[in-house]
Amino acid sequence: MSDVLVDVDGLKVHFPIKRGIVHDRTVGYVYAVDGVDLAIRRGETYGLVGESGCGKSTLGRAVLRLSEPTAGRVVFDGTDLAQLSGEPLRRMRRRMQMVFQDPLSSLDPRQSVQSLLVEGLRAHELDRGAEATAARLRELLDVVGLPANALRRYPHEFSGGQRQRIGIARALTVEPDLIVADEPVSALDVSVQAQVLNLLEDLQAQFGLTYLVIAHDLAVVRHIADRVGVMYLGGIVEEADADALYTEPRHPYTRALLSAIPVPDPEVEDRREQILLTGDLPSPAAPPSGCRFHTRCPWRQPSRCDTERPPLREIRPGHRVACHYAEDIAAGRITAPTGLSASRG
Amino acid sequence: MLTSSRRQRIDDLAAGGGAPDAGVSLAVSAWRRLRRSPLFLVGAAIIGVFVVMALLAPWLAQHDPALRLLDDQVSRARNEIPPAQPGHPLGGDQQGRDLYSRMLLGSQQTLLVAVLATVIGLGGGLVLGTLAGAIGGWVDSVVMRLVDVMLSIPSLLLAVSVGALFARQTQFTVILAVAIVQIPIFARLLRGSMLAQRASDHVLAARALGVRRRAIVFRHMLPNSLGPVVVQSTLVLAIAIIDAAALSFLGLGAADDSVPEWGQMLGRAQDVIDSHPQLAFWPAGAIITVALGFTLVGESLRDALDPKNRR
Ligand SMILES: Nc1ncnc2c1ncn2[C@@H]1O[C@H](COP(=O)(O)OP(=O)(O)OP(=O)(O)O)[C@@H](O)[C@H]1O
Ligand code: SF4
Ligand SMILES: [Mg+2]
Repeated sequence: MSDVLVDVDGLKVHFPIKRGIVHDRTVGYVYAVDGVDLAIRRGETYGLVGESGCGKSTLGRAVLRLSEPTAGRVVFDGTDLAQLSGEPLRRMRRRMQMVFQDPLSSLDPRQSVQSLLVEGLRAHELDRGAEATAARLRELLDVVGLPANALRRYPHEFSGGQRQRIGIARALTVEPDLIVADEPVSALDVSVQAQVLNLLEDLQAQFGLTYLVIAHDLAVVRHIADRVGVMYLGGIVEEADADALYTEPRHPYTRALLSAIPVPDPEVEDRREQILLTGDLPSPAAPPSGCRFHTRCPWRQPSRCDTERPPLREIRPGHRVACHYAEDIAAGRITAPTGLSASRG
Repeated sequence: MLTSSRRQRIDDLAAGGGAPDAGVSLAVSAWRRLRRSPLFLVGAAIIGVFVVMALLAPWLAQHDPALRLLDDQVSRARNEIPPAQPGHPLGGDQQGRDLYSRMLLGSQQTLLVAVLATVIGLGGGLVLGTLAGAIGGWVDSVVMRLVDVMLSIPSLLLAVSVGALFARQTQFTVILAVAIVQIPIFARLLRGSMLAQRASDHVLAARALGVRRRAIVFRHMLPNSLGPVVVQSTLVLAIAIIDAAALSFLGLGAADDSVPEWGQMLGRAQDVIDSHPQLAFWPAGAIITVALGFTLVGESLRDALDPKNRR
C-alpha cells in the first residue's frame, strides 16, 4: 500500500468564457487551475491556502472529480479518477467526501437532518435495517457533538456551527478515507471556528481520515495542517511542512501572506518584516507571463521573471518553491528595492 | 421498546431544554406566515365561498338552468327580458331561463375550467421543464426552442388558434386551448429554477455524497424548484377563468348553452348589454371577484414562500 492517497499530476481546469446571443463563441478561458502537482499522504492534513479567486475550490472539486479536469490526472489510492464514470465513479464517491464553506446552502432546506444523513447511507447500501440505521445516526450525532433531537429538525433551525457539524456528520455517514474541506470555518463566527477545527482534528484521529483543508488565510491552516501548499493564480507557489513554511517561507508571496498576519506580541510585531503587495490580483482569465507573481513581486528581477515560468522545485527535502531566485533571496543576495515594498527590518 | 423510548426522552431532555421535538419544515413555517397575511385571508375567503357555491349548486339552485320558465315574458321584438321577481331574484335571460340558477350552476363549469386547464398546463409544463432542467444538453435546446416559439405568440391569439382547430367547440376544447397556452410558461419557469438548483451547493453536495442522479432530481432539485410553480398555478387559476371567458366571449366557447358557464353567459349578453346590463353584470362581476381571489392567494403565497421572509 502506497503511502500516498491522492496524487495530483499536472492538473489543469480551464473554464471557457462564452459570448454571443445565438451561437456561444468561446472568447477565452479562465485558467482557474493551471498545472498543479501535489501528493497527499494517508492520514495527513494538507492545507491549501491562497487569496480569493486563485482556484482553491476548483482544485478541491477537481480532486473529487466534481469538475472535469482540462488536463492532468488525479490518482486516488491507485485509481485514476478520469478513467471512472457513471456507476463506478458514484461508488468511488463513498471514499472521498467534501465539507462545504457555506453549511446552510450546502444542506437541502427541505430535508430534515435525519433524511440528509440517511441519504448517504442509502446511496451506498449502508442502511441495514431501521434499528441499525437509528443506532448509526445516534452515533454520528454523538461523534460530531449534536443533540439527539437534531434528527427531526431542519437545517435552518440550527446555528452556523451546528450546521457545519451536520455537514461533517453527513460526510462521515459513508466512512470516507479522504475529506476535502473547502473553507470549513470561514462562514462561521470567530468564536466557533476553533471548535469546528478541533472537531475535525478529533475526527481525524478517531477515524484515520486524510484531509485536504482549504483556507484563504494561513492562520486557520496553521492550527490543523501537517503540510501546507500556497496557491497563487491557479498554481502552487510553495509547499512545505507546516512548521517550515511558517518559520522559513521561501517564496515572496508566502512571505507577504505571513507578514499580513498580526502578531500578538507588540515588540515582535514592531520588528517583523512587513511586505505590502502592490497592485491588484491579476485576472485568472489573463494570467501574467513568466512567473505569475511578477506583477506584484518586490524581488522581481529583470531577467527571467516575466518570461520564464518557474517550476515548483525542491530546494531541500520536502520543501518546494516556484521561484527562480528563492535561494538568492533567502541568502540576502537579492534585496527588494524600496518603493515596491514597504519593508522594515 | 419501552427502554429505548425512555432513553430517547432522556436524550431529548438532556439535549435541548424544552426545544421542540419535531422540527419546523419550510412548508410549515410558510403556512404560519401565510395565516397572518390579510390579503391571503381575503383571497381564501373568496375562493372558499366560490368552491362551496360550486359544490352545493345543485341543491342551492331552485330551477333547472335549461328550462325556459319565463318564456312568456320574453319578447324579441320589444326587447323585453324578464326582470327580477319573486322566485327569480335575478330575473331571467334572453330565453327566459332563471338567471340565479344559471349563475350558481355556472360556477361549477367555471371551477372545472380553471382547475382542469391549470392541471393540464401544469402537468405539461412539469414534464417539459423537468426534462429540460434535469437532462440539459440537446434535450434542453429542443424543448426550449419549442417553448420560445409558443411564448412568442400572444397568449390569447394562441388560445384562439388552438380553439379554432377543433371542428366542434365544447367545454373541453376551451379547457385545452386555455391549458396549452400555460404549458410553455410553466415549462420555462420550472426549467429556470431547476437550472439554478443544478448549480446550487446542496445539489453539488448530494453529488459529492454519491447520491444517484434520479434521487438528486426528484428529491432535491424538483421539490426546491416548485415554489415559483405553485405560486404560478394559483395565478393561472385566475388567468384560466379570464381566458376561458374571453374565448366564450369571442364565440369559441361551448356551442351548447344548456350547461351554463360564466364566460359563455357574458358572451351571450353582448347583444343586449345596452338595454339589460344585468345579464353581463352578474357573470362579469363573479369572474372578476373569483379571479381576484386566486390572485390574492397567489401573491401572498409568493411572499410566504420567499425564504428571505422566513421569521
Ligand atoms: N464554473 C465556473 N465557470 C467559470 N468560471 C469559474 C467557475 N468556477 C470558478 N470559476 C472561476 O475560476 C476562478 C477560481 O475560482 P475558485 O472558486 O476556484 O476560487 P477560490 O480560490 O476557491 O476562491 P474563493 O476564496 O473566493 O472561494 C475564479 O476566477 C472563478 O471566477
Ligand atoms: S520568480 Fe521572480 S517574480 Fe517570481 S517570485 Fe521569484 S523573484 Fe518574484
Ligand atoms: Mg472557494
